[in-house]
Amino acid sequence: MTSAPGYNFAYLDEQTKRMIRRAILKAVAIPGYQVPFGSREMPLPYGWGTGGIQVTAAVIGPEDRLKVIDQGADDTTNAVSIRRFFARTAGVATTERTAAATVIQTRHRIPETPLSEGQILVYQVPIPEPLRWLEPRETETRKMHALADYGAMHVKLYEDIARFGRIATTYDYPVLVNGRYLMRPSPIPKFDNPKMNMNPALQLFGAGREKRIYAVPPYTPVKSLDFEDHPFEIQSWDQACALCGGTDSFLDEVVTDDRGGRIYVCSDTHHCATRRDAVQEAAE
Amino acid sequence: MNPLLTVSGLTRMYGNRVGCRDVSFELWPGGVMGIVGESGSGKSTLLSCLSARLEPTAGRVLYDTREDGPVDIYAMGEPRRRMLMRTDWGIVHQNPRDGLRMGVSAGANVGERLMAVGARHYGEIRAQADDWLRKVEIDGERIDDLPLTFSGGMLQRLQIARNLVTHPRLVFMDEPTGGLDVSVQARLLDLLRRLVTDLGLAAIIVTHDLAVARLLAHRLMVMRRGEVVETGLTDQVLDDPHHPYTQLLVSSVLQP
Amino acid sequence: MYVAVKGGEKAIDNAHRLMAEERRGDPAVPELGLDQIAEQLGLAVDRVMTEGSVHDRELAALAVKQAQGDLVEAVFLLRAYRTTLPRFGGSEPIDTAAMAIRRRISSAFKDLPGGQVLGPTYDYTHRLLDFTLAAEGTPEPAALAEQPVEAQMPRVADVLGHEGLIERSVEADGPANATAEEPPGDLTRQPLSFPAGRDLRLQNLARGDEGFLLALAYSSQRGYGNTHPFAGEIRMGDVTVEFAPEELGFAVEIGTITVTECQMINQFKGSKDVPPQFTRGYGLTFGQSERKAMAMALVDRSLRAGELGEDAVNPVQDEEFVLAHSDNVEASGFVQHLKLPHYVDFQSELELIRRLRAATPTADRETAE
Repeated sequence: MTSAPGYNFAYLDEQTKRMIRRAILKAVAIPGYQVPFGSREMPLPYGWGTGGIQVTAAVIGPEDRLKVIDQGADDTTNAVSIRRFFARTAGVATTERTAAATVIQTRHRIPETPLSEGQILVYQVPIPEPLRWLEPRETETRKMHALADYGAMHVKLYEDIARFGRIATTYDYPVLVNGRYLMRPSPIPKFDNPKMNMNPALQLFGAGREKRIYAVPPYTPVKSLDFEDHPFEIQSWDQACALCGGTDSFLDEVVTDDRGGRIYVCSDTHHCATRRDAVQEAAE
Repeated sequence: MNPLLTVSGLTRMYGNRVGCRDVSFELWPGGVMGIVGESGSGKSTLLSCLSARLEPTAGRVLYDTREDGPVDIYAMGEPRRRMLMRTDWGIVHQNPRDGLRMGVSAGANVGERLMAVGARHYGEIRAQADDWLRKVEIDGERIDDLPLTFSGGMLQRLQIARNLVTHPRLVFMDEPTGGLDVSVQARLLDLLRRLVTDLGLAAIIVTHDLAVARLLAHRLMVMRRGEVVETGLTDQVLDDPHHPYTQLLVSSVLQP
Repeated sequence: MYVAVKGGEKAIDNAHRLMAEERRGDPAVPELGLDQIAEQLGLAVDRVMTEGSVHDRELAALAVKQAQGDLVEAVFLLRAYRTTLPRFGGSEPIDTAAMAIRRRISSAFKDLPGGQVLGPTYDYTHRLLDFTLAAEGTPEPAALAEQPVEAQMPRVADVLGHEGLIERSVEADGPANATAEEPPGDLTRQPLSFPAGRDLRLQNLARGDEGFLLALAYSSQRGYGNTHPFAGEIRMGDVTVEFAPEELGFAVEIGTITVTECQMINQFKGSKDVPPQFTRGYGLTFGQSERKAMAMALVDRSLRAGELGEDAVNPVQDEEFVLAHSDNVEASGFVQHLKLPHYVDFQSELELIRRLRAATPTADRETAE
């Protein structure tokens, strides 16, 4: 184990880690409930994953293998920066293979490869409060959560259908966790929402600037809000991935020229690479 | 049968100043009580105390709940109070903007209370909203319009529809016709009277306008400096006022 | 194509190296020393220490240098360093009445015990660019006062307090969490919750962005929350810091720091329970940060609207609004995080817009906003 000189393992001091772990335990005990925690100033800017980093730092050990993705990709600048942060301060092994990782920190996506028991998925959360658009006041939203006073949330969905004929929320789509707490799934596309439901992995959410931690324990029901006659549905594409030919993953649009040319590729880079390898192997 | 609302010794102080003092009365199902008096007489303070929005300094407000009979509204927990306020009660504010969500459509404004109590079928919510808009004489075509585009009278009617959609038994109204043109007022009063009668609503209406009180209220309470100085059947109080203050109030209206 | 953000490690390294090169500038120009920054850009260092919550001129100077003079970035650097420092405990409250005064003015009284001490200030200078500074001249020495400032320099608020004309201060009768048994809260350890006590509010404001507080204070003077303020007293000078280690059992002096303190005196018409009297707004900063201390005091007083039964309808009186948005490290990070890729969310929106347009025959269908 090699960590940066002058700093503790995984940057945070042990006292701080214990404080964060206590918050995590509470979050696990009350699925979907936002636990306030003494978020520390981190050497990365607020809004760039400080909550996720603190959660990861509190749960990671020397034996862990860390994967970091941003927009589903391992090679985006922010993912590289955070992976490098932990490689430097904790000296842990890193990987791009979803199945091989014990801790996965993510921004905006859930990996396409199904997660398994024992894995921890850490989300970076910019704004944890699902009721914030409706009510800017923390004192009031906490009361609404305490009373499960969530009816107004459906007003937004009603408005969507009235105006567009369908629910027009495409990401950060609100969910009800364990039939009790309304939760904001960090801005993942709603395509990923069903993956949260009854997932064998532990899902932890960290919001550094807003100083909140929340969790979805393994095998917890997570339901996306909807109406009986307008059920929740996920995005689908007419195209296949231009690289691996997959049709069941979330696709990014890549503009290839300024005349409307575009291709679609998997947002999850590791998933795409794995499938390409499999296709190649089959051909050989 | 129990009174719907039983008020005893209700007092609200602001420091040493009296908001309202020692108010007691009963309201029966379907009854309409008018509270009149000049501004500063404690009408609005009393209404806030009655409608669970301002905790009184002393006294009790018992409401005859559907499940458990009479319950002190300040002794029940907040979840239950909130539920009461959005199902069995309605509150019509003087300024409709205080009672509406100005940023969402008329239909959503009416449907919100239904969704708050668990309605999850879009088509049914919309159908009920449409029905209620028509009951308050708002064109069904306006269902997806934002209240921002509505006139003052329409806003007030929308607020009423929003309150009545859950079939409340008791509605609190604070100067419901205040700030409206005279012709608009007349139409709204007519509508209110019809709804109250058709639905068998009980209501408590605060107004400084004796004409409004005469048209809507069965009984009147006259307030002055936080205290009730006279109470009785509306016609009786207005046509044969006993207390000097009531006499002054009535005569000041008759002599413009 | 947005491939630049997928550049990976090498690109990041190169970007940082380029940044370092630009920071150094033309190598023919002598490099800035930390002592030069600490000595000659002292007010920048003061601001970074105040908002960075660390009193260390050398570290603050380093932060200013590393941030190329971007003070918000420098505050961030200092804060991130601060997080890693072990905490031994809290100092004894500093006694600003015992301050070695370098500047002390009151706009409420023409003269008062101890007198007005102008000290170093830009007030009353004509803001004309001084071209002799460009020529690296030596300033004329300032004349020495004929007599030293008086040792006894009572605080103006205390002078008023003797007559009962001003409310008693927090330490005299404040909330329970300001007493000696219960140390003041620390929002760098515990998340802020609302309503916040005055201790946490003052900590938040002391760390808060000077520009933000200045604008809020200004708004309170322009009708968005009138508090009728007087600059009761502004004093700047050196105070000793004492710390009582647990194993020792008594306080020892651990150093001297410069602070600026502002006590605003505000009109209060009184209520049924409280006779008319003056109320206080309080500001305290490291070093000489007079503008910040004054703005802080105005905002502190404005935020007491609820407690004093005043109508709280303006932004500056809204505790959640002010305290939740005052921190420039938080604000800067979140505003700038929009630079991070958002293409998964954007893709979702793109797909929706296309689908909605496909479902609508006329593309210019009117949608009410």
